[in-house]
Amino acid sequence: MAQISKQEIEHVARLARIGLSEKEVNSLTTQTSSILDFVETIQTTDTEDIEPTNQVTGLSDVWREDKVQNCQLTREQLLANAPEQENGYIKVPKVL
Amino acid sequence: MATLEYLSIKQAHDLLINKQVSAKELVQYYLDRIAKYDDKINACLFVRKKNALKQAEKVDAKIARGEEIGLLEGIPYTAKDMFLTAGVPTTAASKILRNFIPPHSATAINKLKSSGAILIAKVNQDEFAHGGSTENSAYKKTANPWNKNHVPGGSSGGSAAAVAADFGIFSLGTDTGGSIRQPASYCGVIGFKPTYGRVSRYGVVAMASSFDCIGPITRNAEDAEIVLHTIEGKDSMDSTTIESNSSDENTIENLTVGIAKEYDGDSMQTANDLLTSVGHTVKEIELPDSELALAAYYVLVPSEISSNLERYDGIRYGARAKATSLNETYTKTRDEFFGPEVKRRNMIGTYSLSAGYYDAYYEKAMQVRTLLCKQFNELFKMCDVIVTPTTLSPAFAFGAKTDPLQMYKEDILTVSSNLAGVPAISIPIGFDEATKLPLGLHIIGRQGEDTTVLALAKQIQANSDWHQRRPKL
Repeated sequence: MAQISKQEIEHVARLARIGLSEKEVNSLTTQTSSILDFVETIQTTDTEDIEPTNQVTGLSDVWREDKVQNCQLTREQLLANAPEQENGYIKVPKVL
Repeated sequence: MATLEYLSIKQAHDLLINKQVSAKELVQYYLDRIAKYDDKINACLFVRKKNALKQAEKVDAKIARGEEIGLLEGIPYTAKDMFLTAGVPTTAASKILRNFIPPHSATAINKLKSSGAILIAKVNQDEFAHGGSTENSAYKKTANPWNKNHVPGGSSGGSAAAVAADFGIFSLGTDTGGSIRQPASYCGVIGFKPTYGRVSRYGVVAMASSFDCIGPITRNAEDAEIVLHTIEGKDSMDSTTIESNSSDENTIENLTVGIAKEYDGDSMQTANDLLTSVGHTVKEIELPDSELALAAYYVLVPSEISSNLERYDGIRYGARAKATSLNETYTKTRDEFFGPEVKRRNMIGTYSLSAGYYDAYYEKAMQVRTLLCKQFNELFKMCDVIVTPTTLSPAFAFGAKTDPLQMYKEDILTVSSNLAGVPAISIPIGFDEATKLPLGLHIIGRQGEDTTVLALAKQIQANSDWHQRRPKL
């Protein structure tokens, strides 16, 4: 039985940069435990000497020419979706 | 004017070239239909009126000049809101993208545009495609056209409902674990997931990149084939795309069809009889362990999700929460604008990729994926295609599956083809006796043999009429 603690959920939420309310921490603690219980079945499978699959059609090292291409879009178009901008730059809260 | 209800691509094309209907009238027909019925169905998130009509006028001008038009020219379609569409709002049904208007379009959308197809609406889905009922949309709940108290399935629920309700001739969907096939089955239409990499993922909001496939939802298999051949192909913007052999018009005489013995409902009996009657050999097989496949899927997919969703940080695009520090900007933005299921999958994925758990979860699940691929390869030595039901039961009622795990189990018959990257289709195979809701037959083929799957679907349709039944809106 994969038991996950509230502290672990809070730790994972910090890693994922998701702020969670007390209520969400509680429900996610229960839900994550039951989901991890369900996926536990993979642990009982013998995978010794089995290569992991991360690309299912067998491609590897796909290269393309390292060539600069002109962007068809203007600076304004590219910035249009930024939540805040100033003088043609994306504005962010103070980092330090 | 000719009747325009439930046209196929070829029927609409013939009406256009014979000047029985203009492209503008055709677009207007769908816009009117959406205006009339969509407050009951709630499939559409954004309807493109003026520009769609303008595009149609250009097609009409071409016809008036006596120029030849392509098969998809002037054909109205809808697209799941996962597809970036230049100048047209794209939200992935998430609040985090509520004001997002992409400056560029997905490759699939561009290819359809070049072929002359007309985008008329962006349609609803589960937020970021996380779900199997479209109830996880941050905006609205889409109803199943066959019974408005039931879900259309998901995550491409808006696409399937739109095709079943005749809001356009076809729709584009995305399928990471069944998100094209399951809603198609629930809504009594056709949903096709191609071989992984056959259609470029460029410009489609990423869910789980080693699983995501793009494909058509249509009312007949010929239309699915036409759309596939339009959007497929190698793309320099997606390095996982593969060259598709378009001369692979496979003949489908006497196929060996593997039927899983663990599923023996009425619809499977119907399929068995039908396949035998058209000359195929049906063989009982044992499917790869579907519980194990689902478990591996729900480790790998949330992991890839948590990685892909890192980009929604409130900095460069999308919504940003008010905050005083950079870290608070991230945490508050992702708290405020991600829905519960998106948070949940982010958490599971971050957990399985985090220090100390990577080997036990992510690495282990990738090894299980290898085993499942091998099992499929073995099965495909014994048979040409495999058939199963698409889902274990027909569309469920709104709110019937509140436990996340229960919802995940909806994908039990569809995730394996995404794990193995093989093509698969869902086609109508009848109706559930108790609920009168549509049932789907799931046909899975070998990697790269997309056209065999489509050819078999066409043959089944030529010998049945379930795909011609229409819901009463």
